Amino acid sequence: MRPLLRFLAIAAVVVYSLLPFLWFVLASWKSPAQLTAIPPEIVPAFHWGFYRSAVTTYGLLAYIRNSAIVAGATTAVSIAIGALAAYALTRFRSTWLRFYLVVLLCVSMFPQIAVAGPVWRILDALGWLNSYPGIVIAYISFSLPLAIWILATFFKELPYEIEEAALIDGCTRPQALKRIVLPLAAPGIFTAAILVFIYAWNEFFFALIILTSPALQTLPVGIALFPGEYTMPWGELAAASTIATLPLIALTLFFQRRIVRGLSAGAVKG
Amino acid sequence: MASLAVTNLSKKFGAAKIIDDLSFDVRDGEFCVLLGPSGCGKTTLLRIIAGLEDSSGGSIAIGDRRVDRLAPRERDVAFVFQTYALYPHLNVAENLAFSLELRGAPREEIRRRVDETAKILGLDGLLSRKPRELSGGQRQRVAVGRAIIRQPKVFLFDEPLSNLDAALRAEMRLELARLHRRLGATILYVTHDQAEAMTLADKIIVLDQGRIQQIGAPAEIYHAPANVFVAGFVGSPRMNFIDGRIDQRGIFTAEGCRFDVGGLTDVQAGESVTLGVRPEDLELAGEREAAIEGKVDIIEDLGSDKFVHLKSAGREWVARVVPETRVNPGDFIRLTASRGRIHLFSGGRRATNPSA
Amino acid sequence: MKRSERAALWFVLPSVFLVGLFSIYPILESARLSFYRMILMLPWLGDKYVGLENYRDLATDPVALDSLAVTLVFVGASAALEVLVGLGMALLLNESFRCRGLARAAVLVPWAIPTVVSSQMWRYIFNDRYGLFNFLLFGRATERYLAPLADARLAPAAIIFADVWKTSSFAALIILAGLQTIPDELYEAADVDGATAWQKFRRVTLPLVKPALLLALLFRTIDSFKVFDLVFVMTQGGPADATNVLQFYGYKKIFAEGMIGYGSAIAVGVFCFSLVLSFLYIRLIGASVLEKGAAR
Repeated sequence: MRPLLRFLAIAAVVVYSLLPFLWFVLASWKSPAQLTAIPPEIVPAFHWGFYRSAVTTYGLLAYIRNSAIVAGATTAVSIAIGALAAYALTRFRSTWLRFYLVVLLCVSMFPQIAVAGPVWRILDALGWLNSYPGIVIAYISFSLPLAIWILATFFKELPYEIEEAALIDGCTRPQALKRIVLPLAAPGIFTAAILVFIYAWNEFFFALIILTSPALQTLPVGIALFPGEYTMPWGELAAASTIATLPLIALTLFFQRRIVRGLSAGAVKG
Repeated sequence: MASLAVTNLSKKFGAAKIIDDLSFDVRDGEFCVLLGPSGCGKTTLLRIIAGLEDSSGGSIAIGDRRVDRLAPRERDVAFVFQTYALYPHLNVAENLAFSLELRGAPREEIRRRVDETAKILGLDGLLSRKPRELSGGQRQRVAVGRAIIRQPKVFLFDEPLSNLDAALRAEMRLELARLHRRLGATILYVTHDQAEAMTLADKIIVLDQGRIQQIGAPAEIYHAPANVFVAGFVGSPRMNFIDGRIDQRGIFTAEGCRFDVGGLTDVQAGESVTLGVRPEDLELAGEREAAIEGKVDIIEDLGSDKFVHLKSAGREWVARVVPETRVNPGDFIRLTASRGRIHLFSGGRRATNPSA
Repeated sequence: MKRSERAALWFVLPSVFLVGLFSIYPILESARLSFYRMILMLPWLGDKYVGLENYRDLATDPVALDSLAVTLVFVGASAALEVLVGLGMALLLNESFRCRGLARAAVLVPWAIPTVVSSQMWRYIFNDRYGLFNFLLFGRATERYLAPLADARLAPAAIIFADVWKTSSFAALIILAGLQTIPDELYEAADVDGATAWQKFRRVTLPLVKPALLLALLFRTIDSFKVFDLVFVMTQGGPADATNVLQFYGYKKIFAEGMIGYGSAIAVGVFCFSLVLSFLYIRLIGASVLEKGAAR
């Protein structure tokens, strides 16, 4: 493709991808008048008022704290359980294990509504509605298929002979796992952790039905339910959205190669 | 170092018998080679001895200890993998030191043994490199070093040279032979390369389809193969085979050839017999009576050797001739072999009398 | 390896338990609940077994049938567009140029944004008085401004556009992976044979990227069935149920109205759709793996 044409095409794609969100982020620093101005003013006034009122009036900090706790806990436990399962699935040969992988794949495609009602009832029976344990355990269960598939892809690339060498050299199985498998699987585990974190941070449907009090709600719920019937508090909304998205953008920019690998491996893997 | 004894070992995979009731032993300090084509079960056998796989029956003893129920780490064996299986995240020194660290050896001793081993194998300058920064030959030596440093009772090698190019393979073969002499180690070595087996082994066990075909010193395997399989597998180019019959006078005849084999065998006259003769044992007949006559098809001139492929009555023969021999494709030549070099097989098994 | 197979069970048990409890059991339970009439948050009202009545109601409920239509249109249009746009992006990203990493990161940004944030963002942009969308279309002529989210004909298009914007990069990644498996030598051979750029695309690229395209299409189709966040934030199913996708309708029935019996019937319906699609997906991976194996 001719360089000029290609440059224009790439520029178009980059603008198309970034402009809408950039526009929204800029809104968070505009003055109230700038928000609704026609023609729209591009350069914001660097007005921090919206961030302040997002925190004080709309409880942004609580949402951030909740999202951090929920996403963090989900990631830690999901990766731990998933790594064990993925290790077993790739090391031990048996047909029912392969069947389990297929089942996991199917499960990951279930629409949320198919399980929503009963999940709600289960958590209600456990007394875990509107609580951290409730949402975290639900998230762990839903992210496990993704975690296991990605981890299994990475584990498959570790030749089993290296573990056998460790066993012959004198390792017990747990020692071999700790000293050989874990260090070598670390990049894959890290990638899976990033993807699970992003999932848990962005999840909305179950957060909506499980978390009902603002003290516990996560960022997506807070942002979706931002009060405003006739005039929306766009400034605060933009500020909250920017803060909600910033960690993810940072993760994506720093680890985009890993993320791409994890996603395409997880999706294209056969 | 210790001896290794395998008794009635078998391995089934579903209904298939991968290893069928094998028994053999390796003496203390002996270099024993398991030789056979791919799929004959030799690698499986080695892995069972190491404890990486379970057997379906039989026992294994190292020294005077039965080990077949023990985990790999309790058997005190070292295993050199075909793919080397070096720890990618550790450098050479750490790879070598790994087993010693597990045992809690003092740091001084570890450093001493690592340096010693590195010197023996010529790895001195490479101790801080990671496996991915090493060449194939260097990696192979680290794999061997990892085994040596443990001073195990038995060394198990799984085709360690097959991933190297030809020149390196020849060089490493010599190094392994020297290493064996130096350490006096008990070695069980698996390969499909008969040249490796011939040069390295004190004793060769030829395996095919999970069964032992012959056990013996290299010379014995080469000069007195127990059956057609062994005769054809060892020796390159392959032994010439032809089926025929021996008449009352002790003359073997088959399509396009005639050998005098009187007294060589106890097989009855008229029975079907397979005759085998190696290319290097076929000579130009000259004045003598010819056993084979035919037209030269192809000549392979390797410089140090010359192989003549000829066709006689539709059958192909290969003969090795002295490089200076003047012969061209299309020439008509006459070959013969001395009686001491002829092998006879009945029902696939060796039928040549020992005195021959 | 039989002893260790038992160890494998322990490794896998926690995940089996959780997945069983929160995914497998609920599906079966949803099916069971669909045969009852009950209110979710008022358990003391009891439950009444009604057999297939919920399904009969569902089959004749005009809102449900409209919802199905809306969903199918959404799924078909967005999946197709996402694969098309994804293909374009993938073709671009497959070329080597400086800052390719940055371009790829830029393309990933929409994917990383939480869907609710993206939804609010599009609400702002589609605003009928000061939205960027209207300004780019009509400039200062504010009297001509549209209200896409309040217009029954435009709202579905707006939702589709928002979904395509957010998820084409995912399709692009899958297609890019497929493009990268095409060896350069094939293009070189085509060059030597005298092919133009378009011919190379049609005869080398397209046939060999077809498995990846199908994969991306299937993946996006399965995912599009799950659309909820966009509808909840941008239109709440309106205007006049124009964007009342099945998952949102089910949510309203179960959690806003508490009709868990009827809602479960909807849930079962949606589940069956996605099950068929996921079987297709599994057969497809099997097929594409075979293809990859053959190419080697």
